[in-house]
Amino acid sequence: MSQFRAAQPNGTYLPNPPGRNSAANADGAKHSWRRQLRSYKTVPMADPPKTFHFPHRHLLGIEGLSAKDIKLLLDLAEEAIAVSRQVEKKRATLRGRTLINLFFEASTRTQSSFELAGKRLGADVMNMSVASSSIKKGETLIDTAITLNAMRPDIIVVRHAQAGAVHLLAKKVDCAVVNAGDGSHEHPTQALLDALTIRRNKGRIEGLTVAICGDIRHSRVARSNILALSALGARVRVVGPSTLLPSGIERMGVEVFRDMRAGLKDADIVMMLRLQRERMQSAYIPSAKEYFCFFGLDEEKLKIAKPDALVMHPGPMNRGVEIDSAVADGPRSLVREQVEIGVAVRIAVLEALAQHLPNE
Amino acid sequence: MHHSATSAIAHRPLALINARLIDPAQAKETLGGVLAIDGVIRDVGASVTRANLPSHAEIIDCGGDCVSPGLIDMRAFIGEPGAEHRETIATATAAAAAGGVTTILARPDTNPPVDDPAVVDFLLRRARDTGRVKVLPAAALSAGLNGAEISEIGLLHLAGAIAFSVGARPIRNARVMRRVMEYVRDFDGLVIHFAEDPDLASEGVMNEGELASRLGLAGVPHEAEAIMLDRDIRLVNLTRARYHAALVTTSLSLEVIARAKEAGLPVTCATSINHLTLNENDIGDYRTFLKLTPPLRHENERRALVAALASGLIDVVVSDHNPQDVETKRLPFAEAEVGAIGLETMLSAGLRLVHSGDISLQRLIAAMTIRPAEILRLPQGRLEAEAPADLIRFDPDAAYVVDPLALHSRCKNTPFDEARMEGKVKLTMVAGEIVFEAT
Repeated sequence: MSQFRAAQPNGTYLPNPPGRNSAANADGAKHSWRRQLRSYKTVPMADPPKTFHFPHRHLLGIEGLSAKDIKLLLDLAEEAIAVSRQVEKKRATLRGRTLINLFFEASTRTQSSFELAGKRLGADVMNMSVASSSIKKGETLIDTAITLNAMRPDIIVVRHAQAGAVHLLAKKVDCAVVNAGDGSHEHPTQALLDALTIRRNKGRIEGLTVAICGDIRHSRVARSNILALSALGARVRVVGPSTLLPSGIERMGVEVFRDMRAGLKDADIVMMLRLQRERMQSAYIPSAKEYFCFFGLDEEKLKIAKPDALVMHPGPMNRGVEIDSAVADGPRSLVREQVEIGVAVRIAVLEALAQHLPNE
Repeated sequence: MHHSATSAIAHRPLALINARLIDPAQAKETLGGVLAIDGVIRDVGASVTRANLPSHAEIIDCGGDCVSPGLIDMRAFIGEPGAEHRETIATATAAAAAGGVTTILARPDTNPPVDDPAVVDFLLRRARDTGRVKVLPAAALSAGLNGAEISEIGLLHLAGAIAFSVGARPIRNARVMRRVMEYVRDFDGLVIHFAEDPDLASEGVMNEGELASRLGLAGVPHEAEAIMLDRDIRLVNLTRARYHAALVTTSLSLEVIARAKEAGLPVTCATSINHLTLNENDIGDYRTFLKLTPPLRHENERRALVAALASGLIDVVVSDHNPQDVETKRLPFAEAEVGAIGLETMLSAGLRLVHSGDISLQRLIAAMTIRPAEILRLPQGRLEAEAPADLIRFDPDAAYVVDPLALHSRCKNTPFDEARMEGKVKLTMVAGEIVFEAT
């Protein structure tokens, strides 16, 4: 397993179109970014620049991507936001191509986000939610992969409850594979959309302090974000009770906090993670009440972070467990913007992978 | 002794000459030969030369290759009864013969388990009829391997079980374990236990640590092994039963074993060839053939195991042969079955440690021959007159690449897929009869 890449010193971002983010950054504390977003001009309908080079056939994780690769995807996504805000939202990048959404785990936002992204690029999109029943029939992941492969899709987007399942599937199919979450391993498009959300609101990622809080142990979002944000030069902290921190986390290039107040001090971004209800039954934490008291983000704890700190959550939120409703819906919450940017990031990923699709 | 390859028929005397004789009981090797008559070693040493042999003897000139006792593998799953799709005695012993293993101690966690004298009898007869090497049954410690009731230790012993063991499911209840140990001691039997705390290990699928966290896989801490081993050793102290730890894989466990041995308790232990030659990094991109229990550990632990083997703290090296078919391995890592085949590659893999200078050839061979023989109280595994003529000839320097399809096991789940090896078995003899010869 490769070591984490050192943060790139040239992590600065050139806004596109120029000027927008510098303005947003200057008075970010006043949350004028919302107005900025609303006044954001649409760009003329155009195919994306053909000059970029994304050197990967699949997107299986942030692991293995260079800072350059990540920035390219963020830049492509930035353009895609504009497309998504036009009345005419379609591009032709994937016209005639087939995209299969293969979800072994239930998902609303990720699946619909990929579906929209595929459709906006002109692809035929098929959604397959593989219920556990067909697994019980004895059909394995590999069987499913081979069956789908015979239908000659161009891109398969996969979510699976087991770490490494997407890697396994990628070895058995001929098309491009996108990891939409594999167990507790990675969720790369979530990390990309988080990174872009941060960049658009803070104007940069390098040098920011990002506190990722909650169930780090079971979170693929945390792992992908640690990799992506570290590569882009952020200082990443993880905050949670010891039972929800994976062994060896301190060797992943992050600062570890067991006390949320200490972990939030001077943070620019507070990224909350979903706490699954089952964690109480398996002796990770005593109760939701106790968890909220020590690790739930309420307005009082948020005050410890920087005055202009922003709050993120990959969703779906457990209000009153890891986040207080007032914070979740408050002026510093980026949760809704994360969803919008999610579509753009997935458009960018599909465009980048489309480069490698065979044309004959 | 019950086994397959002996027969009452007198064979022509067979002599292996011009060989490096690796006597695991001796520190130094000698050049010479071995003469086998009627299934036993008649003469061994520098004096066994072409000139001194009976005129009708069949002579094999080893051309300077090594000759040692055949290997004794104390932990292998051989499929029968109940898992013939994974392995049979015929395929397991074919693999064993090709790998220089002449005696296999079979795991009792079959279906049905070896908890009934009839199953012991079945195994012995199947081994006699279909096996190429000696297969010795280990019987279950508890009835149905349920960890709750003592199996018919005495009757199993009479039927021919030579040790009492579990598969990969340890006896969780300390009271039951105590009773089992006390009862087995009355028969002067050997308890072989797989020590791993099932609660602490329950969710884990690989070694706990940074790598597992990066892969998003749940880990098994070193303590899972040490806690159960520690409990067992305290019960040995209480009961004085002869105890053998089936697999130790961490330095924490080695400390427990070292303390037990210093206290003079009747405790021995083994580790697997996999844990001696591979580490957790070999899992790479979720390679399920490397999913084992206990899991492959960090390189530091592997180094500690190699050092403990060199010093003799680890008595025995086992193959931990566990055939798994493709269906149960081509799954996401956490869902895949555990286990790797190893009978056929055990010696070659072990020779890596000799070539790297970590241990002597004598020490490696002793851990695969005379030490298991002493623990199991078997007459074989020795290079001396009157010992059974279970012998192997191998060239420790012959280089080859492991081709899974060429392996004899019914399953191909080798962790050494395409690995480069140095050291190859050229001939295997069981009770004076050649059961494998490299072409």
